[in-house]
Amino acid sequence: MKTERKVLSVVVLNEDGVLSRISGLFAGRGYNIDTLTVAPVPNTNLSRLSIVTSGNTRVLEQIVKQLHKLIPTYKVIESNQFVEKEMALIKIPLNEDFNGLDAMLKAYNGTVANSGDDFIVIMVADDANRIENFLKAVKKYNPIDIVRSGSVAMDI
Amino acid sequence: MELNGSQMVIEALRRENVSVVFGYPGGAIMNVYDEVYKQNHFEHILTRHEQAAIHAADGYARCSGKVGVAFVTSGPGFTNAVTGIATAYMDSIPMVVISGQVPISMIGTDAFQEIDAVGISRPCVKHNYLVKDIKDLPRILKEAFYIARSGRPGPVHVDLPKDISAQIGKFEYPESITMQTYKPTYKGNVRQIKKAIDAIAESKRPVLYIGGGAISSGASESIQEFARITGIPAVETLMARGVMGDDNPLNFKMLGMHGSYAANMSMSEADLMISFGPRFDDRVTGKLSEFAKHAQIIHVDIDPSSIGKIVSVDFPIVGDLKNVVEAMIPLAKEKINPEKYKSWRDLLNRYNEIHPLKYEDSDTVLKPQWVIQRVGQTLGDKAFITTDVGQHQMWAAQFYPFSFPRQWVTSGGLGTMGFGLPAAMGVKRAFPDKISINFTGDGSIMMNIQELMTAVEFDMPVINIILNNQYLGMVRQWQTFFYDKRYSSTDINMQPDFVKLAESFGGVGYRVKTKEEFDKALKDAIESKKVALIDVNIDRLENVLPMVPAGGTLYNMMLEYKE
Ligand SMILES: Cc1ncc(C[n+]2csc(CCOP(=O)(O)OP(=O)(O)O)c2C)c(N)n1
Ligand SMILES: [Mg+2]
Repeated sequence: MKTERKVLSVVVLNEDGVLSRISGLFAGRGYNIDTLTVAPVPNTNLSRLSIVTSGNTRVLEQIVKQLHKLIPTYKVIESNQFVEKEMALIKIPLNEDFNGLDAMLKAYNGTVANSGDDFIVIMVADDANRIENFLKAVKKYNPIDIVRSGSVAMDI
Repeated sequence: MELNGSQMVIEALRRENVSVVFGYPGGAIMNVYDEVYKQNHFEHILTRHEQAAIHAADGYARCSGKVGVAFVTSGPGFTNAVTGIATAYMDSIPMVVISGQVPISMIGTDAFQEIDAVGISRPCVKHNYLVKDIKDLPRILKEAFYIARSGRPGPVHVDLPKDISAQIGKFEYPESITMQTYKPTYKGNVRQIKKAIDAIAESKRPVLYIGGGAISSGASESIQEFARITGIPAVETLMARGVMGDDNPLNFKMLGMHGSYAANMSMSEADLMISFGPRFDDRVTGKLSEFAKHAQIIHVDIDPSSIGKIVSVDFPIVGDLKNVVEAMIPLAKEKINPEKYKSWRDLLNRYNEIHPLKYEDSDTVLKPQWVIQRVGQTLGDKAFITTDVGQHQMWAAQFYPFSFPRQWVTSGGLGTMGFGLPAAMGVKRAFPDKISINFTGDGSIMMNIQELMTAVEFDMPVINIILNNQYLGMVRQWQTFFYDKRYSSTDINMQPDFVKLAESFGGVGYRVKTKEEFDKALKDAIESKKVALIDVNIDRLENVLPMVPAGGTLYNMMLEYKE
C-alpha cells in the first residue's frame, strides 16, 4: 500500500493533557506527525488541532478512528477540501544582495516582519507546498534561520 | 452537601453501589484511607502488593460484570499497579483505579514519591484524570465510572493529589450523565445489518468468530439463539470461552495458536466470517495474508477503531453486540435456513473426529490435561476458573468444559503471569458460594505468592492447582521447537516446599503425584474451606498442541511433536 499525505482537523476539549494524549497516541502507535499546530477555538471550551500526517490507507483510517476514540475528542474532520496555510519566518543577513526579494515576497504573501542591525526577518504565509518552494528560492540569500509554523487547516 | 475530597470518594463509591475495594495505603492516599476507616458501605481488602490489588479488582469485574475498584498510593504504589492496569486495558475490563498523588503545590518538583502517574497510565487506560480542583472531583468520579463501564469497557485512572483529598467542596453527584465528546454507539445501522444478513443467506460456509466483546456486552444468550436459528458453527477466542457453552454441538471451541483443528480449519475454509466482538489478535490469526483467505468478513464491534484495524472488513457494523445480534435474529429467522449448512457442519464434525483435542495419558506420570478434565468432571459449572499464563492456561482453555459466560477468567491480551491468584480472590469475593479454582504454573504462582496471606486473612478460600512441570513451560516448549532445546533460563526445578509454604500462610497444601492423590486432595481442599495449594507433579516435557507457530498459517497446525 502506498503512503499518502493527509490533513486532519481535530476539535478537542481544551483540558489539561489533551495534547499529550494526541502526541502520545501518534508516538505509541508509530504514526507519523509531519506537522501539528494547536490553538483554542474562540468563545468555547474547545481547541482545534491541525495535523498533517502520512501513511497507507489502513494507517490513515486507524489514525482517524483512534483520534475519535480519545475521550476528549469532539470531532475529527478529514475532508479533502481544506484551506491549508502555513507560515514561515526567515532571518537573512543584511550583507546579502536583496535583488528580487521584494518580488518574491509579493508572490508569496510575504512581508518584512522585523529587522536588526545586521539582519532582516521576512515572513511568508501560503499553501504548504508553496512555502516549500519559497524556502528553496530564498536559499540564495543564505538565510541564518528558518522557522515554519506547520499547517493550519480549515475545512470548506 | 459539603464534603472533603476523601469523603467525596467514599460517597461516590456508595452511589455507584461499590461493595468491595482492593487496595494498599501510603502517604499520599492516607486521607482517603482515613475515611475508609470511618465508613461501612464497602469492604476494603488489603492485598500484599498493589499489582495484586488491581488483578483482584479485575477478577472481580470479569466474573461479575461490575466495575472493579482499587486504591493505591503515589510513586511506587502507583508504578506497582501499572501491570495490573495494563492487563485490564488489554482485555477491556471495567475498572476505576484511584491513586494518591503529592499535593498540587509539589507536583513537578520531584517530591518524595512523586511520579507522573497520568503520564505513565495514559497508554494503558481508557481515560485518566489528574484532579486539580476540588470543584471537579464529583464530576470526575461520575465520569470515571461511566467511562469505565460504557462503550468498550476499560480501566479509568484518577490521580488524586493529597491536598485535594483534604479540601472541602460542594458535593453534587449527577444521577445520569451525558458527555459532550463521548457518546458510544449502541444501536447498529439497520441497513448494514440487512446487508450482513443477505450475505449470510448467500454464503455456503459461514462461521461465527466470537471474541471477548460477547462477554462484555452480555451477548451470550443472543448469540446462542442466533446460532441455533441459523445452524451456523461457532468458534471462540481465548477471551470468549464460555459464550457458547461446550456442550453446544455448534461450538467448535477455541481457535488460534493452540486452537482445535476443526476451529482453525473452519476459518481457513469459510466463505463468510461473522465476527462478533473479536479483535483479530495475532495469536488468533497467524499469518494475516492467509487468515480466512476465502472469506468475506462481517465485523460487529462497539469500538469503531477495532474494525478494519487488522483486516479489511466487507460488512462493518458499529454497535453493542447484544443489541446488534438481537436485531439480526428476526431477519435471520426469515431468510436463513439452517439445513443449508448441514454439510458444512458435517465437515467440521468430521475434522473434529479426525483430529480431536487429545493427549496421551500415562500410568507413571500425571498429565496436565487429565488434571484439568478431572476438575471439569468434578466441578463443572460449580466452579469459576482463573488461570495464570503459560502452558497450563492453554490446557485449561482447551480441556475445561465451560458452560457459562464469565466462568473463565484469564489474562489474554497482556498475558500477565501473576494474574491468577489475586484474580481468583476477586472471583471468590464476587461469588462467595461458588468454588474459585486457579490453574497456575510453578513459575506464575511465585509472581504473586504473597497474596496467600490476603486470601487467608479475608477468608477467600481459593484453590490453586499448580501444574508443576518445574519449567517456565511455555517458553521451554518454544525452546524445544524453535531453539534446538537450548533451555536458556527456563528450568526452575529449584522450588519451595509448596505444602509447607501454604501451611505457613495458614492455608492447606497438598503434594500430588497420582490420580488418586489428586482426587483426594481436591475433595479435601474443597471441604476444608481453606486457601489451598495443590502442587501437582506433571510430565515435565508435555507440550501444548495443536500449535500454529507465530506467523504461521492456521491450516498448517503442528498436530504432534516428534523428537
Ligand atoms: C510477567 C510475565 N513475565 C514473563 C512472561 C513470559 N512467559 C510466558 S509463559 C511463561 C512461563 C510460565 O511458566 P509457568 O507459570 O510455570 O507455566 P507453564 O507454562 O509451565 O504451565 C513465561 C515466562 C509472561 N507471560 N509474563
Ligand atoms: Mg511451569
